[in-house]
Amino acid sequence: MARKKELRILCPNGHLGFAPTKEESFRIGAATKPDYYCCDSGSDDIGPAPLGADKSVSMYEWQKHDLELMLLAAREQGVPMIIGSAGDTGSNSRVDLYVQIIKDLAKKHRLPKFKLAYFYSEVDKAYIKKKMEQGIVIEGLDGRAPLTMEDLEKTDRIVAVAGVHPYIKALEMGADVIIGGRSSDCAVFAAPAIKEGFPEDLAYYLGKVLECASFCAEPYGAKETVIGTITDHDVKVTAMHPQQRCTIASVSGHAMYERSNPYYEYVAGGMLDMTNCRYEQYDEKTCRITGPKFIPVEGKVKVKLEGSGKVGEKYIGIAGIRDPYTIQHIDQVIDWASSQVKESFSGVDYHLDFKIYGKNGVMGDLEPVKEIRSHELCVIVEGIAPTKELAEAITLMGTRQLFYARLPEVKGTAGTAAFVVDEVLPATAAYRWTMNHVIPVDDPMELFEVKMIEVGGDPE
Amino acid sequence: MNEILTKSPAGKHVKLADLAKTIRSKNAGTDKITFDIIFREKESYELVKASRRITRESIAKLFGIPVERISDFVEFDPAYAIKFTIYRSAPSGSPGERDIFGCQQYAPLLDIEIPLEPEHKN
Repeated sequence: MARKKELRILCPNGHLGFAPTKEESFRIGAATKPDYYCCDSGSDDIGPAPLGADKSVSMYEWQKHDLELMLLAAREQGVPMIIGSAGDTGSNSRVDLYVQIIKDLAKKHRLPKFKLAYFYSEVDKAYIKKKMEQGIVIEGLDGRAPLTMEDLEKTDRIVAVAGVHPYIKALEMGADVIIGGRSSDCAVFAAPAIKEGFPEDLAYYLGKVLECASFCAEPYGAKETVIGTITDHDVKVTAMHPQQRCTIASVSGHAMYERSNPYYEYVAGGMLDMTNCRYEQYDEKTCRITGPKFIPVEGKVKVKLEGSGKVGEKYIGIAGIRDPYTIQHIDQVIDWASSQVKESFSGVDYHLDFKIYGKNGVMGDLEPVKEIRSHELCVIVEGIAPTKELAEAITLMGTRQLFYARLPEVKGTAGTAAFVVDEVLPATAAYRWTMNHVIPVDDPMELFEVKMIEVGGDPE
Repeated sequence: MNEILTKSPAGKHVKLADLAKTIRSKNAGTDKITFDIIFREKESYELVKASRRITRESIAKLFGIPVERISDFVEFDPAYAIKFTIYRSAPSGSPGERDIFGCQQYAPLLDIEIPLEPEHKN
């Protein structure tokens, strides 16, 4: 079969469902009849709680809206649609949610039959444990030590971050729509380009530049459609919004976004090296990129694992302070409140944290301004403990003891803190990123089983 | 060319905020926060680079952290940008979190004083 000279992929949104896709630029893009509709729908930026608690942080209606736009355009044209990291976390329940939305939409719009492929990304703790017992080291990323049994015990949910492999497999199986579990953002776009025979060097770059949609365009405006075009020699990226352009500055600047280094991007199977990328203004709305290099991993493919574990239940207390003497002695006040909690709850495994706004509430130890310049302070008390009752009691004591602080020279002896409410407020349970590691595998498909179903074609 | 550069007399200092188009911070994965300082014009970028006021050492000093906590420091010519990344003291969202997205940690960079002319000419 003769191969296409170029492949065009439309990306409507940098995080499907997180905020709704803007329709105007999507329709302009769809009218050009791209070869694929691809979008990533997840992030680890949202903290460990959604993965731990197995929740989305996006509104269901927004997720459905974005999937509906893409599904209808892709089915009308008869081209594939690919979604990665379903429902913010890419956990199994989020994949099921998106698969159900696709089924519902097919029914609602009476779409003719099509093939829906999906794969899960969750990894069983028992599987990791077995690997560790076999002596396999689960290496830490970003300066973390190798995974210990203790880290694993503290983990509630683990997702493996897929590379291109399950997507290519699903496309080879003839999928029209793919709903993926947790995946590298760029794999969602690189996979179809690689499957269609384009060079890996450019395919991974295409993924890197498209994954955040209009974040690679200027002026700033999120949730707008961009289209990436790959050939055997270059990648071109074009903004679809009438007022946006992809420029050398916007595209090269995007390489830095949310990454520790603008030159290297790691995925299961290798690393994209952007050191020698060249950027040119191709036309008014298009930037052309040449020179990226994909360096396949030596030895076994290493798949990233993200794990979240529950720390405890959480409450939040709020206190205000206006007395200048108390402000000057705020550290003593906090010490007093901490000591009172410590005395009453010895033996309980709790966390108690005081954030002092007006001093260093936002930056903590990183704050270079050491003296207090404010005439008033707000103290946010964060208390975490194994049960709701304990978390409430600890947070309440930590907050209320700010009211009873013992300062020798204080004039106001009727209360050393002002309360908005004389209670503490329940928050979602506290979680921690217990795993940011990689696991070596013989076959990258070992962790991702692709399933295929037929959807649509329902009788009227 | 940046107006600040053309209008300010020689020998003076300007704040980084007056030279850069974008100064931001954001999570880079679960364990790091990355900082981007992006300039609109090459002149401003080159001036700041040559001033050596933004280096691994100066950043460590500004934030009061050991140099080892800076994982990456890059002068990224294609985007006229200086970028560095620091390890968080705990993963994002952990107990004690103050900035889940890491997006309000850049403020101390705004006031960095950049000399308009190189101070030590060779």
